[in-house]
Amino acid sequence: MTSAGAGEPPGGRAVLTRGLTKRYGSRLALDGLDLEVGHGEVFGFLGPNGAGKTTFVKLLLGLARPSSGTGQLLGRPLGDRAARTKVGYLPELFRYQGWLRAREVLTFHCRLAGLPDEGFPDEVKRSLELVGLAGRGEDLVATFSKGMQQRLGLAVALLGSPRLVVLDEPTSALDPVGRHDVRELIRRLRQEGVTVFLNSHLLSEVELVCDRVAIVDRGRVLAQGALADLLSGEGPRVRCRDLPGDGLPGLGELRRDGEWVSVPGLDSSRTPELVAAIVGAGGRVYQVDEGRASLEERFLQLLERA
Amino acid sequence: MSWRPVEVIAGLTARELLRRRLVHALLLLTALVLALTGWGFSRIPHLRLGGELLTPQLARLAAAQLLLLVMFMFSFVVGLTAAFLAAPAVAGELESGVALAVLARPISRAEFLLGRWLGLALPLLAYVALSASVEFWLVAVGTGYAPPDPVGAEAALAGQGLVLLTLTLALSTRLSAMTSGVVAVVVFGAMWVAGVAGAFGSAFHNTAISAVGTVTHLLVPSDGLWRVAVYEIQPKLFASASLSRVGSPFSATSGATPAYLAFAAAWVILVLAAAVLSLDRREV
Repeated sequence: MTSAGAGEPPGGRAVLTRGLTKRYGSRLALDGLDLEVGHGEVFGFLGPNGAGKTTFVKLLLGLARPSSGTGQLLGRPLGDRAARTKVGYLPELFRYQGWLRAREVLTFHCRLAGLPDEGFPDEVKRSLELVGLAGRGEDLVATFSKGMQQRLGLAVALLGSPRLVVLDEPTSALDPVGRHDVRELIRRLRQEGVTVFLNSHLLSEVELVCDRVAIVDRGRVLAQGALADLLSGEGPRVRCRDLPGDGLPGLGELRRDGEWVSVPGLDSSRTPELVAAIVGAGGRVYQVDEGRASLEERFLQLLERA
Repeated sequence: MSWRPVEVIAGLTARELLRRRLVHALLLLTALVLALTGWGFSRIPHLRLGGELLTPQLARLAAAQLLLLVMFMFSFVVGLTAAFLAAPAVAGELESGVALAVLARPISRAEFLLGRWLGLALPLLAYVALSASVEFWLVAVGTGYAPPDPVGAEAALAGQGLVLLTLTLALSTRLSAMTSGVVAVVVFGAMWVAGVAGAFGSAFHNTAISAVGTVTHLLVPSDGLWRVAVYEIQPKLFASASLSRVGSPFSATSGATPAYLAFAAAWVILVLAAAVLSLDRREV
């Protein structure tokens, strides 16, 4: 696991904060947050309700001002206008003008984003197709279900091919199909080199798509780093019988815990080798534990420790 | 400050008025009022007093008095419409969350607010110009009476609308939509009553009460501009006639001075600047 602030994300930083703090009266919403997100990463920002995730996003986009600390978005100061031309944002509280048609909402945001006028129709069509709303552009937003409004919010966030897409709980109103679609969309954005900042408390969602994550609670980063590092445990272990000796050729010394055996320091990617070596040495295998914690387990561990 | 975002927000704001059928409702009701008052004015020359038709002079005098009443109704409509339109224009967007996606775009708070203001102010000005012009024309055709300065009167009425619009918009950067609307309407009414009190003070040479009117006209120039409109609508002889000196809200003894008009314009600009500052410091 990589501790907060350590580890250099490849390819520069799309988001960088140092000691970012936000107070609302006597309540500390963010407590000296240090965070780094590299360009082209899909970054998961995890935390329980009230952890400060949305506050952090608002500070990034200039919707709120930090009490102290500094930060950069796409290499520019927080809230910078030029940086915001390259950012797409789906708020947690997604609301769009109900009296407009979906196409009109998107055209309005094309104009605000400063996109060239002649490209609006194609851009609107492309973004509607991306979120599965093709053919619904002429419908009034007020007639959309909550899930469809969230899809529209995604379309708004994807207008103009942004370099950074900030998604605050992007699947909160979506059905399983919609959630799958969003995951596919995020993967597609990663392929296109777009940085995705995913704010979520849905751990399975984050685990499926994110390269790196930060876990926050009560305004503090408990851990951040590559997902693989964060989830790596104590290595694979195998429950077996009739295994002679204290070591395995090519792997190392054995550690025994009842019927469970493991090789200290062995990476979980070498689990098949461990099983093969045990079988080769005459052991009978009954159970294999890859030794990789789920994100939920790691998340709960960190929250308990905090 | 860039013009394009202002234009985009102003366009959206004006379109909302149309899409929500507010413009339709206002125009329909105004057309009804104009038709009824137009018919009423056209009957004045046919009225008889002691079996005799009114003299053209008397008919014009009666028409002028009635026109002031009708224009007072328009002043009331413009003031309340301005308050009701502006109250949710910022606060409603902030409360509903619509502002989140908008303000995350490359747009400053000043551009957003100015866009909102323009998107409401221009339709309001158009409404004043259209409704007042038609009313003046109907009176002229029906009775032969023409206000001394119809354009000045329309400008003053529009100014009154802008004062209320700007004040409400400024309030809505901090207060809820409902509270902003109510506060603005109460201020509108209070200023009008205080203006009447001030006029009474002047009529009876009471310095203290007269000062109430002066302060009122400086604090929020809505009643001050209404008095300017009245002066430009009423016959010139009203200004010097003794009946205008008893503090009636439908008469005025003096018109607009360049200093007062400049003050009213500066007031609108300053309150708009305060609204920008207030919204700029507001967290969404």
